[in-house]
Amino acid sequence: MTDQKSTIAFVRTHMLEQLPPPRGEVGPAKWIKENLFSGWFNTILTLLSVFVIYSALSSIIPWMFGGVWNASSLAECREILDGAHAACWAVINERWQQIFYGTFFPSSEYWRTHVAFVLLLVAIAPVLFETVPRKLLFVTVVYPFLMVWLIWGGSLWGPIGVAAGFIVAYYAGKIASGYTGSGLSALIAVVAALVWWFLIGPLVVGGLNSVAPLFPLREIQSRELGGFVISMIIGVSGIALSLPIGIVLALGRKSDLPLVKMMCVGFIEFFRGVPLITLLFTASLLLNYFLPPSVTFDLTVRVIVMVTIFSSAYMAEVIRGGLAALPKGQYEAADALGLDYWQAQRLIIMPQALKISIPGIVNTFIGLFKDTTLVFFIGIFDMLAAAQSIRANSEWNGITWELYIFIGLIFWVCCFSMSRYSQWLEQKLRTDHR
Amino acid sequence: MKKSVFMGTLAAAGLVATGAMAQDAGSSTLAAVKDHGALKCGVNPGTPGFAAPDASGVWKGFDVDLCRAVAAAIFGDPEKVEYTPLTSAVRFTALSSGEVDMLARNTTWTFSRDVDLKAEFTGVNYYDGQGFMIPKDLGVSSAKELEGATVCIETGTTTELNLADYFRTNGMDYEPVPVESFTEAQNQFLAGACDVYTTDASALAASRASFENPSDYVVLPEIISKEPLGPLVRHGDSEWGDVVRWTLNAMVSAEELGVTSANAAEMAAGTDNPEINRLLGVEGELGAMLGLPNDWAFNVITMVGNYGETFEANIGESTPVGLARGLNALWTEGGLIYSPPFR
Amino acid sequence: MTTMIDPPKADGFRISQLLYDTRYRAITIQVIAVIAFVMIAVFLLVNVNRNLASLGKEIDFGFLSNPSNYDIQQVLVDYSSQSSNLRAAYVGLLNTLFVAFLGCILATLIGVTAGVLRLSKNWLVAKIMTVYVETFRNIPVVIWIIATMAVLSEALPQPRAFRGENPDASMWLWDSVAVTGRGTYIPRPEWGAGSVFVVITFLLSLVAIWAFGRWSKRRFEATGQILPNVWIKLAIFAVPTLLVFFILGRPIALVSPALKGFNFQGGIQLSNSFLALWLALSVYTGSFIAEIVRSGILAISKGQSEAAFALGMRPSRTMNLVILPQALRVIIPPLISQFLNLTKNSSLALAVGYQDLRATLGGTTMNNTGRELECMLLMMMIYLVVSLLISSGMNVYNKSMKLKER
Repeated sequence: MTDQKSTIAFVRTHMLEQLPPPRGEVGPAKWIKENLFSGWFNTILTLLSVFVIYSALSSIIPWMFGGVWNASSLAECREILDGAHAACWAVINERWQQIFYGTFFPSSEYWRTHVAFVLLLVAIAPVLFETVPRKLLFVTVVYPFLMVWLIWGGSLWGPIGVAAGFIVAYYAGKIASGYTGSGLSALIAVVAALVWWFLIGPLVVGGLNSVAPLFPLREIQSRELGGFVISMIIGVSGIALSLPIGIVLALGRKSDLPLVKMMCVGFIEFFRGVPLITLLFTASLLLNYFLPPSVTFDLTVRVIVMVTIFSSAYMAEVIRGGLAALPKGQYEAADALGLDYWQAQRLIIMPQALKISIPGIVNTFIGLFKDTTLVFFIGIFDMLAAAQSIRANSEWNGITWELYIFIGLIFWVCCFSMSRYSQWLEQKLRTDHR
Repeated sequence: MKKSVFMGTLAAAGLVATGAMAQDAGSSTLAAVKDHGALKCGVNPGTPGFAAPDASGVWKGFDVDLCRAVAAAIFGDPEKVEYTPLTSAVRFTALSSGEVDMLARNTTWTFSRDVDLKAEFTGVNYYDGQGFMIPKDLGVSSAKELEGATVCIETGTTTELNLADYFRTNGMDYEPVPVESFTEAQNQFLAGACDVYTTDASALAASRASFENPSDYVVLPEIISKEPLGPLVRHGDSEWGDVVRWTLNAMVSAEELGVTSANAAEMAAGTDNPEINRLLGVEGELGAMLGLPNDWAFNVITMVGNYGETFEANIGESTPVGLARGLNALWTEGGLIYSPPFR
Repeated sequence: MTTMIDPPKADGFRISQLLYDTRYRAITIQVIAVIAFVMIAVFLLVNVNRNLASLGKEIDFGFLSNPSNYDIQQVLVDYSSQSSNLRAAYVGLLNTLFVAFLGCILATLIGVTAGVLRLSKNWLVAKIMTVYVETFRNIPVVIWIIATMAVLSEALPQPRAFRGENPDASMWLWDSVAVTGRGTYIPRPEWGAGSVFVVITFLLSLVAIWAFGRWSKRRFEATGQILPNVWIKLAIFAVPTLLVFFILGRPIALVSPALKGFNFQGGIQLSNSFLALWLALSVYTGSFIAEIVRSGILAISKGQSEAAFALGMRPSRTMNLVILPQALRVIIPPLISQFLNLTKNSSLALAVGYQDLRATLGGTTMNNTGRELECMLLMMMIYLVVSLLISSGMNVYNKSMKLKER
């Protein structure tokens, strides 16, 4: 060992300090180089983008933030601005109530929509997030009835009466299943509910109302609803109803029974092939031709039904895609376990198919919510109608951007959070360990 | 699969139920209105003076007063009206399908609408004609000079058809800009998307009055059509038509006979004019013949007013719309407004 | 145990088997479903019949041959107010298809560009595209249409601003295009004598391009040599046509619009209602297409491009020969369903007064004739046929592109 020392002139006995990487290869400089200027083409793109961003922001930012918030008319706004090019947000400040609640909603009852909205958040929380206490699911079940009562008013007995129908059906079915097969007992349950809803219920509710109305609220007609509130009502009801109908239609389309399949295909293709606006016109204008005289439905109900049917046809296609994506082995495994059709669907097929189709389902929901703007064309006073009537008003004649930006922003917040939620859920449910 | 069985049975059961319900339903509109508790009235979604919701969402206007009058005649309460704002393109569909019980929506009475569309016009509450409005700085003084102009026009109106006829017979070209509603037409016209706005002269006046600078716009002298505007109901229910017709007639007769909302109560005590007595239900059973309470006309006049009062309150010369009575004066004053006698 | 091997008794049919025996239950269910369906249909038809009778109406399509009596703003075929209602509906249908067709093209261009750029390595560009996609996707298309219309008609100068010695506004592109608050006027080609030869040459060169493509592909497969296909095709596209055009003394002239009377005359007018609808639909649908393109490219597993690189392919050829052919299979079906959506959304022309099928047949004609049921039925049928044609086209494509597995 010592000999070698003489032949080797120098051996480093300690490690050199690590040098920092060259300045261009670290930190922001590297990032900028790699992401913005990694070649002549990229450099041009970057410069172009900077130019676009600069020219957009330089006109938008002063316009947005230099805006006037307090004025009672566009003329006054322009006077305050004194020739400057800036927004007149005063229109939002003055008329936001019309946009949120509609023109006709009595202002003394605004609190009801607030309560309904907060309860809505409480009700959907346990559906959306697993960490929320399961007990809150009770609110979810009760919410539809509470919402009807809060928005339309009247005595609470009415919604309770409707809810009681479901309880009647449940117990009737349960008692009957002690004596007969499950098929017949389900039939009995339905008949019992119908008897309650159409014969006994109205009498009981009417009697209770005349004796002691429960928390009577001022009644509000459907045509008094408007603005964001009506979009929410139509959107939320449509979303809640279109998923189950869509599942049924998708199963019908995959069914072995040729006639059932044919009907489902016809139904789905018809509603997917026709623009929603024509369906809404039919619902709002022509429905009475198809009903016996003097039978009428509330316009809001009709719109909800149409929007629901329309998007359930889309939903059916989304779920069918999910069903088709399942490997055949899953169906065979379910059969091998001796599960019947509904058990197999409930326990094996649907959980997987729905999971696959989450992005599509949420996209359909978002589409449905955006489509609620179309009710404007059939005379429902939603946000667009509010904007139009504000624009037609001589005080605000000529205002455009501010209103549409505001309404657009409301929609954007709702739809964007929905799509973010679906991405989060997709991540969470991803079980293939890629 | 069992569930499908029950869906089917359910549907069948539902059908039987609705079928049974259908059998006992009468087809009388008056009964249906009474049953419903309110009159469903189709109105213009917004023409100042004729029909428009005010800032607090209450419908006001000359046509709206007709709805209120009919409600007053039936219920003794002019507020029992459900207003359905209808664009011109959907109004007849809404009426014939039963969405509304009556239309009071500045609708022109024409042969084909009355006969072919199966609507029943129950009178004329405003005699109008189609005119043109144009910005002053275009320097046009006659409709004959409109060759090549861009014209804003509400779709689904008689004015759309008149316009096509007028330009064709005068050998002129024009470019139509179709719009859905009065307010949109106004916005487009003000933004300059069209040179000319054409509609009923009364609506032109109302529209011009609402502009910031009315003097920048002129209404051309030509009136190219007759536009008798009136309320209408569905074909096939004459009893209901009578109610609407005679409510309007009662308002006209009241003006002619000098009965106003102020003095009706006094006159209802009895006058020596038998026609006033019959009108106000002091004599005879006119109300009962219509299926209404006997004081129906009295209610109309006290709660809504006579024809002249509603005219002055909504579109008369003291209002921003500022229309003169003109053709719409009583026949005794040289106009066309005339009611058959209450006898 | 004997019961297990007993053959089913021939006369053993009981009513309860209809419900509990799977052999019969399927039939029971279907019979009931059909009965229910028929009952509902009959119920509705009976009501329609009775309601029509009480109005004194009957279903009658005779109105279609009567004169329409109204004028239409944008007319692609001969039409006047004396034409029939059927003709008016046809004009409306053409307008629907016109805006839908142009919309699909523009939306695809926008969408593909945005989708590819969103995957760009350039951070800034990718972010801008993300903002574009998320903004447009999450706001209803009606709002875009109405807002575009409001901006076009209120922000752009009116024709009268072009008038006078010192006009407030001037035309674009050497006085050939006028952008006004009423619409955009572009030059109109005027077909002079001999123009027919230019057109024929142009069509022939299209055929030649196709033929060349086939020949070059065969040559490539035989020899492995690649010609600069794009440049050659471009040359075939432009050179002969231009040659003939100039030899014949420029038979096709462009007539620029000029201000005459109230409006610009002489050019082709693209009305604002059309522009607003077209632009809004395209940009809106483009944001969906961008997402489809992006996810289509991402769906191709990384191994494919790595394998191509390992074979020594350049990135551009990797994209063209390996990634795109596979990605297209993923992209095309949802792309076509976006086209379908765009076509259906074109019925929102209602918001801006563009006279499409809904505005003519389902709007003015319906209102003038009072034939609500007939018009609505006809309109729905037409939309349905258009949709079914598009989606059957998609099915044909899907079948041809289906992975041929062995």
